[in-house]
Amino acid sequence: MITVKKLVKRFGPIAVLRELDFEVNSGEFVALLGPNGAGKTTLLRILSSLMRPTSGFVQVASYRLPSQGASLRAKLGVVSHQPLLYGDLTAAENLQFFGKLYSIGPNRIPEILDLVGLLPRRDDLVRTFSRGMQQRLAIGRAILHDPTILLLDEPHTGLDQAAGEILDRILKDVALEGRTVVMTSHDLVRSAELASRLVLLSKGKIARSTSTINLAPTDLVDFYKSGLEGGQS
Amino acid sequence: MKAFLKSVGAIIWKDIKTEWRTRENLSAMLVFSLLVILIFNFALELDLRARESLAGGVLWATFIFAGTIGLNRSMAVEKDRGCLDGLLLAPVDRSAIFIGKTVGNLFFMLVVEAIVLPTFSFLYGISVFQPGFLGVVLLGSIGYSAVGTLLATMVVQTRTRDILLPILLFPLTLPVVIAAVKASQGFIQSVPFAEISIWVNILITYDLIFFTVAIMVFDYILEE
Amino acid sequence: MLEKPRLLTGLDILSALMVLIAAGLVFFYAPVEQLMGQVQKVFYFHVATAWVGMLGFMVAGVAGVLYLRTEQEKWDIAGLGAVEISLVFFMVAIMMGSIWARPIWNTWWTWDPRLTTAAIVELIYAAYLLLRSGLDDPGKRARFSAIYAIFGFFSVPLTFISIRLLRTIHPVVIGSAEAASQGGFNMDAPMKTAFFFSLAAFSVFFVNLLWHRIRLGKLQTEVIQLRIQSYEKES
Repeated sequence: MITVKKLVKRFGPIAVLRELDFEVNSGEFVALLGPNGAGKTTLLRILSSLMRPTSGFVQVASYRLPSQGASLRAKLGVVSHQPLLYGDLTAAENLQFFGKLYSIGPNRIPEILDLVGLLPRRDDLVRTFSRGMQQRLAIGRAILHDPTILLLDEPHTGLDQAAGEILDRILKDVALEGRTVVMTSHDLVRSAELASRLVLLSKGKIARSTSTINLAPTDLVDFYKSGLEGGQS
Repeated sequence: MKAFLKSVGAIIWKDIKTEWRTRENLSAMLVFSLLVILIFNFALELDLRARESLAGGVLWATFIFAGTIGLNRSMAVEKDRGCLDGLLLAPVDRSAIFIGKTVGNLFFMLVVEAIVLPTFSFLYGISVFQPGFLGVVLLGSIGYSAVGTLLATMVVQTRTRDILLPILLFPLTLPVVIAAVKASQGFIQSVPFAEISIWVNILITYDLIFFTVAIMVFDYILEE
Repeated sequence: MLEKPRLLTGLDILSALMVLIAAGLVFFYAPVEQLMGQVQKVFYFHVATAWVGMLGFMVAGVAGVLYLRTEQEKWDIAGLGAVEISLVFFMVAIMMGSIWARPIWNTWWTWDPRLTTAAIVELIYAAYLLLRSGLDDPGKRARFSAIYAIFGFFSVPLTFISIRLLRTIHPVVIGSAEAASQGGFNMDAPMKTAFFFSLAAFSVFFVNLLWHRIRLGKLQTEVIQLRIQSYEKES
């Protein structure tokens, strides 16, 4: 589903991603971990066609990037740590607006709102929503057009425990529908719960990769620490 | 094509709806315009005859200054909540975003002008309601909005933000200012059309050139 | 490490020579003009520097287009260099214009089309440099500068035409008796030689400066890269 080979991204003289290789199979839920500055957000932005690679091979859902970015976007749903929503529009109006951009009619809107638990607040301005609610609506926006791939950039940022749990439940439901998901995160434990595979990014390259099946908490910590200290696997 | 127009329409509808909810931007532009006219009133101390010969200049100076407020806020909204990303992620042509935003900005500018012009007429007893004059206002506003929207999209990504927009915008829009003022004056003072036509032509030329160039380069402003 | 190409050294010598010869021609070869006296000699340099200003302006616009198409850093540096050089030369041209205008028309500044447009171009350059200083990402900085230069390239001629249609006092330099009454003058053969040679000399000088500036930009980039590499080796 996603193939990345020798990806390089430079900002002027500074290289953030250095010949990165990365693969995600269809239906996988991959959590991308790593310290700040490792390049997680950059990688995600490139996969979502928002950023162009400096060099390398990137293919998402059989579309080459950056050349076929426009075609990819119809199949892509993105949740960022910013809500990407208009505060002065209601929840329903936000979905209506984005629906028009994706050529989706208004029929799906109540269904989506219900899925993320916001149906009773459909006519309230997004400005009045808590952060958790905004993130839920953001997920609703991301799946409105039934994308095959979901990219999430640290979606749990700024959420309290309860809100985080609600988000997790929605993510599990959504992911179960056969979508391929890539999520960046700082939260080791949460990622191990949600994802089927953990990938560690360090200094612009993949340092470690492991399945989450039968992964003990101590293994988890080892995975992270050794990945950062050591070289690549 | 249909999807393209639909997206443009959606963006315009969204801008109008969000602005209508708060009307912050519109009020700011309106109040600012009236204040500018007030300042000109005292700064220039116009007697009756002088007023008529300066009306075009005073009005256009007002529109240009008020316009920057509208432009800044319109793009700031997109940038602050990351909404611009939301637009960029949609499967629409980038130029749809440009056209949508430009038409939205143009609309707000015209609304403000629609209120300022009668007010000016009322205060100074100079009639501005001729088709020629209004046509000039439209042409000038189009050129200004197009270049302004493009530059605002650039400026909103810099560190220096708000202050930078007028600095970048004003020198480039001088042809609009010069031509619009001359043409407006011509219509107000009932100068024969043959003499005004050159200025109208300059406005049309400017609009065509810059709208085209803006669409061609807009992609480059949004990519990373 | 970029070595200084020998061609560049050759160009340095050539342009220095040409400018010296031009000065010689202007001060010793061309006759002193009847009506205006020595002050008129400013004219040669005034036009030559304004000419270089215009060259820089056009180069900046073209470099902008080339950068957008190729994304090669050298076009960004070339555009920036052209703007910097043009900024200085237009400033010199404007000042020389004042020096000439004062004794002839008894005023420091006239709102005539060419002078006013030059002043507007200076403001556009200032805006260009301010834009650059507000952007940290090198890719964005280069792209936005290129776009602004292209916009300027189209806007300025339109501005000039508009102002021209408004008013004019700038002397019609070459030609008739009418010209003399407007403050212009006729050019005889030695004057023409001095004039065109000055134009040529300053054009060569412009290319020389631009080349040096591009080299400087490339060296700067190299320094940054080396610094980053050394930081990484340490950690």
